Amino acid sequence: MKTGQKARVLEILGGPGLENRLMSMGIYPGREITKFSHFALRGPVTIKIGRSVVAIGHGMARKIIVEAE
Amino acid sequence: MIKNIFLIGNPNVGKSVVFSRLTGVKVIAANYPGTTVEIAKGFLSIGEERLEVSDLPGTYSLEPSSEAERVAVSILTKYPKDEIAIINILDATNLERNLYLTLQLLEEGYPLIVCLNMCDDIQHRGISIDIEKLERLLGVPVVPTCAVTGYGIKILINKIKEAKPTQKNKLTHQGRWQEIGSIIEQVQHLSHRHHTFREALEDASVRPFTGLIMAIGIVFFSLKLVRYLAESAINKLLDPLFFNLYQPILDNLSRILGRSGFLHHLLIGELINGKIDFRQSLGLLTTAPYVEFAMVLPYVISFYIVLTILEDAGYLPRLAILLDNLMHQLGLHGFAIIPVLLGFGCNVPGILSTRVLESKRERFIASTLISIGVPCVALQAMIIGLLGSYSGFYVGGVYLVLFSVWIILGAILNRFLKGYSPELLLDIPPYRFPPFEVLAKKIYFRIKVFLIEAVPIVFLGVFLVNILVFFRLFDIVTNIFAPIVTGLFGLPKEAVLSLAIGFIRKDVAAGMLATLGLSVKQLFIAVTVLSISFPCMATFAVMLKELGLKDLIKATAIMVITSIVIGSILNFTIH
Repeated sequence: MKTGQKARVLEILGGPGLENRLMSMGIYPGREITKFSHFALRGPVTIKIGRSVVAIGHGMARKIIVEAE
Repeated sequence: MIKNIFLIGNPNVGKSVVFSRLTGVKVIAANYPGTTVEIAKGFLSIGEERLEVSDLPGTYSLEPSSEAERVAVSILTKYPKDEIAIINILDATNLERNLYLTLQLLEEGYPLIVCLNMCDDIQHRGISIDIEKLERLLGVPVVPTCAVTGYGIKILINKIKEAKPTQKNKLTHQGRWQEIGSIIEQVQHLSHRHHTFREALEDASVRPFTGLIMAIGIVFFSLKLVRYLAESAINKLLDPLFFNLYQPILDNLSRILGRSGFLHHLLIGELINGKIDFRQSLGLLTTAPYVEFAMVLPYVISFYIVLTILEDAGYLPRLAILLDNLMHQLGLHGFAIIPVLLGFGCNVPGILSTRVLESKRERFIASTLISIGVPCVALQAMIIGLLGSYSGFYVGGVYLVLFSVWIILGAILNRFLKGYSPELLLDIPPYRFPPFEVLAKKIYFRIKVFLIEAVPIVFLGVFLVNILVFFRLFDIVTNIFAPIVTGLFGLPKEAVLSLAIGFIRKDVAAGMLATLGLSVKQLFIAVTVLSISFPCMATFAVMLKELGLKDLIKATAIMVITSIVIGSILNFTIH
């Protein structure tokens, strides 16, 4: 995803633990998110979900499959 | 009959502030998720009744993912549901995310009252919320509050008795979010408005380039400010007080005591060139108060002023993002920088706050690294006080050595410890500027804790040292460890006692090093070894509680090995 781009979450790869954590923070299949920024060298990605900004580690972010709009 | 009240809500919604308002008990609040890692308890009187109020660590859901969240969720299940009331605290500026936990609590059938906090913040963010409609949709009382100013707290107290369970079917995750979507649509109205300067700053600090520039600027300025405040206080206020007012009194006392003998030794200490020397005499009335009040306390105060401002403004989580990469090399993630920063104040709260980290492995690495590579502010003040008089170069050297140890040891631990470290998942709070009075109270609270907990131990430590030295009780131990200290570290064997006293208080230990007449190289090695070796007993106790005996022994072995290796390397490489 490019910075500033909007996308819809398709699915979350990974165990139920990860799914629950992301779910409780508002990241779940069908949710629209906006990528805000990312940090070099496999650094974290920040995304906007509704009114909150959430930073997600690189490895975790890779497990969130999205469909760009 | 309600007996217990629990405050529960997402991290960083102001639970601790509401708690302080309800009970009058002071707890530390800050602007980052995970400030509260222990359950704080207090009492609230309503009429004749006294209800116990517990402030729980923040959690996003009833399915916990960190130790702190587990603590919060497990305690709720320990009480019968008709004896408790839950105050679910929501951040009004982020209603959507907060409602997830609310729905879960309602589904579980807990008697609930919703406290919509930070209501002052929603107006200038262009949000309006229809409280009555929200009350109808949720089926429980909703009270708007602004806990920092106290607005709405009285109404909240009056409504606690109205907390009641609702009949609600269990929903699936998706179903819950769908319901939240429909609630939000009905109660929340967003008005369009221009980006404010504050929001521009918020955004800039989470973009890579501008974020890095801001971080360098903020960290540099913070360090400068800590030193400036502390040094001004020492030079302009405390040193003159001690030298001009206090010293003449002690001179008289010394004369009355006859300039020698046990009591003189205990109270005044040794005379240096026939005079009292606050840094070297090592008496209960001379060095003990001077070290604690004129060397350490100013730094404690200035450190906590700066840390409190950074915390409450909400800058620290932004620093966590920037450092995520680096911390991954150590088997941690970016958020672990917050326990580290707290550790620079005092290792005890630093290690306690590692509970926000998800796995036991991370908590072990973080606690060990804090106790080895992060000197507390009391020790730092002494390092600056002792080495700074030679040159800032040596002070910088100590930090450089500690930082290298921190990185290398972290990388080694990450390589050899089983398991993996979870990824960063962190909510970035908006910048907030709490009223001056709120900041001042928190700084005062932290300093009070220091005065109550540290100062008596300092005097006890100096007392103990004087007894040990006067009656030569420590000589056997000194001789046992002398080969390491003299052979490997190049220090006189008297340094054994100083390093051992580090177990009681590091600042006293550093103060004792000053009495040994060390060369600058020896002093440099001694304070570095002192920082790396055993933490003080308070830190030891908290590590035992948090990690368990087995991991504490492991951590201790690592400390001993690291300090011997580093002490020797420094001794044989510096000329």
